[in-house]
Amino acid sequence: MSENNEKDWPLWEVFYQPKNGKPYEHAGSLHASDAENALQNARDVYARRNEGIGIWVVPSDQITASTPEDMGSFFDPASDKPYRHPQFYSVPRAVKKRS
Amino acid sequence: METQQQLDDFQARIDAGEKIEPKDWMPERYREQIIRMGSQHAHSEIVGMLPEGNWISRAPSLKRKLVLLAKVQDEAGHGLYLYSAIETLGVRRSELIDQYLYGNAKYSSIFNYPTLSYADVCVIGWLVDGAAIVNQTKLAHSSYGPYARANLRICKEESFHKKQGYEMVAKLAEGTPAQRKMVQSAVDRFWWPTLMMFGPNDSNSPNSAELLKWQVKLNTNDELRQHFVDRVVMEAEAVGLTLPDPDLKFNDETGHWEFGEIPWDEFWDVVKGNGVMNRERMKSRRKAHEDGAWVREAAQAYARKKNLSREKAS
Amino acid sequence: MNTTKELTVKESKIAYLLRLADDRLILGQRMSEWCGHGPVLEEDLALANMALDLIGHASSLYAYAAEVEDEGRDEDHFAYFRDDYEFTNLQLCELPKGDFAFTIARQFLFSSFSYFQYQQLKEAKDEQFAGMIDKHFKEIKYHLRHSRDWVLKLGDGTDESKERMQEAFDELWMYTGELFYIDGVDEMMLADGNGADLLSFKEEWKKLVEDTLKEATLNVPDWDQFMMTGSRTGMHTEHLGHMLAQMQFLRRSHPDADWK
Repeated sequence: MSENNEKDWPLWEVFYQPKNGKPYEHAGSLHASDAENALQNARDVYARRNEGIGIWVVPSDQITASTPEDMGSFFDPASDKPYRHPQFYSVPRAVKKRS
Repeated sequence: METQQQLDDFQARIDAGEKIEPKDWMPERYREQIIRMGSQHAHSEIVGMLPEGNWISRAPSLKRKLVLLAKVQDEAGHGLYLYSAIETLGVRRSELIDQYLYGNAKYSSIFNYPTLSYADVCVIGWLVDGAAIVNQTKLAHSSYGPYARANLRICKEESFHKKQGYEMVAKLAEGTPAQRKMVQSAVDRFWWPTLMMFGPNDSNSPNSAELLKWQVKLNTNDELRQHFVDRVVMEAEAVGLTLPDPDLKFNDETGHWEFGEIPWDEFWDVVKGNGVMNRERMKSRRKAHEDGAWVREAAQAYARKKNLSREKAS
Repeated sequence: MNTTKELTVKESKIAYLLRLADDRLILGQRMSEWCGHGPVLEEDLALANMALDLIGHASSLYAYAAEVEDEGRDEDHFAYFRDDYEFTNLQLCELPKGDFAFTIARQFLFSSFSYFQYQQLKEAKDEQFAGMIDKHFKEIKYHLRHSRDWVLKLGDGTDESKERMQEAFDELWMYTGELFYIDGVDEMMLADGNGADLLSFKEEWKKLVEDTLKEATLNVPDWDQFMMTGSRTGMHTEHLGHMLAQMQFLRRSHPDADWK
């Protein structure tokens, strides 16, 4: 059934910007034959209800993702660096009250 | 080989309420079940466009034409979200489509019933979408991340589907004698098939135990069906429509509405392909797919040409 | 036409609005036939979007015509309770949907024409009308982009798609003459500051069409060939009657019922 790899148009990931000034979010994916087609399809599939004011489309096979095996070495080290968070620091009481 | 340790760890993640993502380890059987259930769900959305689509050209006002068209269009979108969710497991959409057009993949039996009057599409909005929403609201918490997210998006979009249906049902129910007759006939024909949408009774549902264990689904067929009946009985009463079940009665002790025996023979008949519209629905979908082949190929050929000339230029 | 010469400004305005609306309702109705039958899911959604836009435009234009008319009627009156000879849509819009190439070719011809037409109408003196047109113009721009892109893909795709695309344009060509039909209604609306000067953009439109067909490696059919006429005065192909019979039957069978 799947002998023909080209039966499907390539897969694209769609990101949209919900509002001016907001970061782009992943909306989902779709199939498209080329970039223009992907952009138009993204508009028709993922922005029918004013979901966004901007769209990015990226070929899915161009995304490099971390794997579950990376999880420990990538993310755990960040959990014992409390000095990166503001809660780590104390502020003189008088200043605290005013803010 | 799947070791017991792997299976236990996986179950522990499920039990802790974690979502499973595409690259995570998962039992082969879990993967199969997601593909089976998710693609059935997707096929249902797509075939589901046909019975309602049958009335787009004849909708009785411009407003209702727009509403119906937008709703049926949403169903294409929902099929698309679901296929995308399943594709994260490394299976292509074309394979899934082949399985239902030319293989034996299933879709919801409700779409093998004909829409004989405009009231039918209103009642479909009220009952069939109402039942689908009960299902999908739960599936939005399914353990497989992409499937849960697709369902969440579907639920957000579908909130108007049931509402527009019920609104029109209410209008018909207090309309002219012809309108009232139309809508009651639609309710009579769609009531039992709608209850069948939740699937066989729990005692007769082979996949349920596994799906529940892995939290692919979170409630049993009978639980969801009961939840639906309790709500719809009140909605029917509110607009003065009769549900075609003489055994329907409220049980004070349980706080639930009890209903009569679902005609399961009919259910299995339709599942096996003997519904009024089974053959035509498939024929119609196959035709669309086959007629579209040259379009899909042309777009690919064009993309290849453009890539080639771009490479040459650089 | 002698009869149209005698129309008042108000009557001309209603006739003008109905022509615009009829084009869109009839084409939208054709377009909606694709819903559930598109060549690929993504395109199914795109075609339905265009149908929704067109029917939506028609609906607001009809509603405005009813307002101008001021006889207590609504948009549905114009859509459901007129016969084929009262419809003034282009024959181009009523032809059966055909294959995907035919649908795209027609959509391209119609939306490119609408693009120029609406570019002028959105500057109309009547602010309510201009505002409505301006809103629709944005969607028309997208229809043009979408259909033009598909003309290129199919024209320069495979041998089969090229052949189908060429056939579609060849078949549709004789329905393009009417796009630029002008009579007293147009003249009066133009003089009133609320009409488009069709002749002013005819060459520009032809160039856009020619350039697109050439880029799509297609032949440009002969502009001087026989062209159909008559739709703006109610002369149609046989197809419109069948379409209306289907579209209107339920509403007409129960005219006193509330269907909104």
